[in-house]
Amino acid sequence: MTGGQERVDGWDKVTGRARYAGDHAVGRAVTAVPVRSTVARGRIVRVDDGEALRQAGVLAVITPDNAPRLAEVHDAELMLFQNHRIAYRGQFVAAVVATSRQAATAAARLVRVAYEQSCHEVRLSADHHRLYEPEHLNEGRPAGTSSGDFAGAFDAAPVRVDETYRTPAVCNNPLETHATCASWDNGRLTLIDSTQGPNTVQNVLAALFRLRTDHVRVICEHVGGAFGAKGAPRANTVLAAMAALVVGRPVTCSFTRRDMFAVAGHRSPTIQRVRLGAHPDGRLIALAHDAVAHTSTLRRFAEQTAAAARHMYAAPHRATSHRLAALDVPSPSWMRAPGYCPGMFALESAMDELAVRTGVDPVDLRLRNDTSVHPETGQLFSSRNLAACLRSGARLFAWAGRNPAPRSGRRGHWLVGTGVAASTYTADVAPSDAAVSVSVDGRYSVSIAAVDVGTGARTMLRSVAARELGVPASAVEIRIGDSCLPRAVVAGGSMGTSSWSWAVIAACRDLRRRVRERGGVVPVTGLTARARTDAEVAALADRARFSFGAQFAEVRVDADTMEIRVPRLLGVFAVGKVLAPALARSQFVGAMTMGLSMALCEEAVTDPCSGDYAQHELATYHIATHADVQDVQASWIEEEEHHLGPSGAKGLGEIGIVGTAAAIANAVYHATGVRVRDLPVRPASLLRAHRCAEPSPHDRGDRGNAAEQP
Amino acid sequence: MNATGNTSAAVRLRVNGVVRELRLDNRTTLLDALREALRLTGTKKGCDHGQCGACTVLVDGRRVYSCLLLAVALPDSDVTTVEGAVRDGRLRILQRAFLDHDALQCGYCTPGQLCSALGLLIELAAEGGDGTAPAGAVRERMSGNLCRCGAYTHIVAAVTAASKTIAEGTP
Repeated sequence: MTGGQERVDGWDKVTGRARYAGDHAVGRAVTAVPVRSTVARGRIVRVDDGEALRQAGVLAVITPDNAPRLAEVHDAELMLFQNHRIAYRGQFVAAVVATSRQAATAAARLVRVAYEQSCHEVRLSADHHRLYEPEHLNEGRPAGTSSGDFAGAFDAAPVRVDETYRTPAVCNNPLETHATCASWDNGRLTLIDSTQGPNTVQNVLAALFRLRTDHVRVICEHVGGAFGAKGAPRANTVLAAMAALVVGRPVTCSFTRRDMFAVAGHRSPTIQRVRLGAHPDGRLIALAHDAVAHTSTLRRFAEQTAAAARHMYAAPHRATSHRLAALDVPSPSWMRAPGYCPGMFALESAMDELAVRTGVDPVDLRLRNDTSVHPETGQLFSSRNLAACLRSGARLFAWAGRNPAPRSGRRGHWLVGTGVAASTYTADVAPSDAAVSVSVDGRYSVSIAAVDVGTGARTMLRSVAARELGVPASAVEIRIGDSCLPRAVVAGGSMGTSSWSWAVIAACRDLRRRVRERGGVVPVTGLTARARTDAEVAALADRARFSFGAQFAEVRVDADTMEIRVPRLLGVFAVGKVLAPALARSQFVGAMTMGLSMALCEEAVTDPCSGDYAQHELATYHIATHADVQDVQASWIEEEEHHLGPSGAKGLGEIGIVGTAAAIANAVYHATGVRVRDLPVRPASLLRAHRCAEPSPHDRGDRGNAAEQP
Repeated sequence: MNATGNTSAAVRLRVNGVVRELRLDNRTTLLDALREALRLTGTKKGCDHGQCGACTVLVDGRRVYSCLLLAVALPDSDVTTVEGAVRDGRLRILQRAFLDHDALQCGYCTPGQLCSALGLLIELAAEGGDGTAPAGAVRERMSGNLCRCGAYTHIVAAVTAASKTIAEGTP
């Protein structure tokens, strides 16, 4: 239950009144539908738009031969129709604009594109000839780090783990596909867009169309999920703006579900080698994490897959590295907990393997390797409560007394096992602005270009402002989701809450001071206070800033079919101050559910022949649904955080997906004795590996009872 | 184009109790008819392929994926969308339960989840029983409604609680 803290926009969402980007376009815009490349690499030789143009309702066909010229921006995925090169299958090569979506979709099939096709390479391998070490990773992180003598220490270590783990490409697939409605008025562009960052879209679109930033307005009232996929503008936004320019009318463009697999971004597949050298008591001597991922030929997206290994555990000798292969694939992009999520699957699986080899309990093993300073840089942590999370989780999960022997937990027809993994994610903060006004009748209004992508940002900010102003939440109106409002950092990177609330708190405090200066009297014109946090953010003390957590999973595996069920998931997190408990719980549980989905369901496989994903719909790309999810619990510990601004909050949207897959895979090992190092964990991987099959009871009653319970 | 050469047709639908006369492109799905012709944008499009459940509505009391049905093939049907809650006390109770259990995050799948839950309660009632929806049945029978935010556990709790409220209120 929500404990009385209902979402501000809850009634709008359950009554269908909440309007998302595509809803705003209804009745006021014509439609642009893309034509997508059917080859994975090559050149467009010719586009024949004659037949498409003759169809009723078609207003224009935009091709590389007639498209408006765009100014160059960093993300080449956005440079629509600017040249004839094909970088991946599914790339937008032309577009039809028509008066209805039905007409545009039908006409798009009639646009004939002739290609000059080249050989493509879409499969990542650990020895791919295109692999290189990027100059740096995303956000400027170093591609490689090392301290001590890893090679020597690892060779001499009494206990060693040296294993390779693989994670597949996975797709964000928010339920609302990307959608935009664009309109031009006297050289000014207005976009109703499904985005995590109105200011980001504003800046990028202004650059592309050579406009003053304040001549672009981006509105995003409600966003139907994002998970990183809407962290920056995508082709739909550019196409809508370009098409609206061409036809001189408002234009809407939405991705189809099929488009989402190609042009919305995805989490790169990874191949990760983890080496752990330890004393017999489990204390680490040497730790190395080497990650390989792909990027596209259009954009270098260098994900920080091995970054968690840099701060998770103490070890005197250590190294991390990243290599990338620029393949003929769509550009990978952010997906919930980029880098940390796939990286911690590998590291936390390897820690479990070390626990098995040393005979140390997996919770104790992690406690023994905890560290009070950043093991690479020597920095203090702003706060670090991994140990408290592990202890609290072990207590709540009733971990004590667990028999570590694989296949020791058989219950009837089910092989039962439990597993644990740690979680971590960055806890950042970025400069934002905010304005808070009070009217003479005591109504407060908070303005900031933040976005609610389902996190509950509106509700959280209202609660923060009300607390700071000392008024009931009902007296505070929150205005977000518009680039015209005071500038805000994107709703991503788990830094929205810390960043936005800092600006809002500063503005609230200033407003209270001004009201006090006037003897508590608000003038008839009202009062407004503005805050900007750039200087304060820049002045933050030098600390390593991360959130931590521990996840526990119970799995049951059918002894015959190897069907995997997850009757119990528990996560305990340390994320600073939790500002809105009901919303926090929903986010943790939701992210853990997505982690369960990653562990057991999700995989996008590139077909080497066509160069396309074999999956481009939700019937073949499975995500967890009701029947897959049973008991998922999340809690948190009290944590004091003094280095992320006045709210004391760390972001919590991403950490919940970090470690879930490892906890489940570790539990599957405990249940079955089979170590699965390639995600997703599927019955087939267990059946293949299951050499020591023992006779299983085929008593129908036994089976029937067990099936009720999992 | 049909046998008479027309690419559009007239169709009469009763939507949330109101009779609507429409002339539609034959290719128009019920989903697009609701959203674009009737401007009832509460029903959402998540995949347009019958794979996500965001477009779930009730046609003649049965839950359907509105993206898989052509509107012109449904003459005189009775359609209930999320906007029809005012007419249906059960949907109102489900909405209240969704809020009480925070059974939503982004809210995009929510109209479909609500209509699916209402359809489920109607099915359970038709099958006999005490009218309540046990968690296991909700999980199994609502698996055609995906929620990428992962609100499943809260949705199940909300539907189960709402079913009890409705059962208690029914003589």
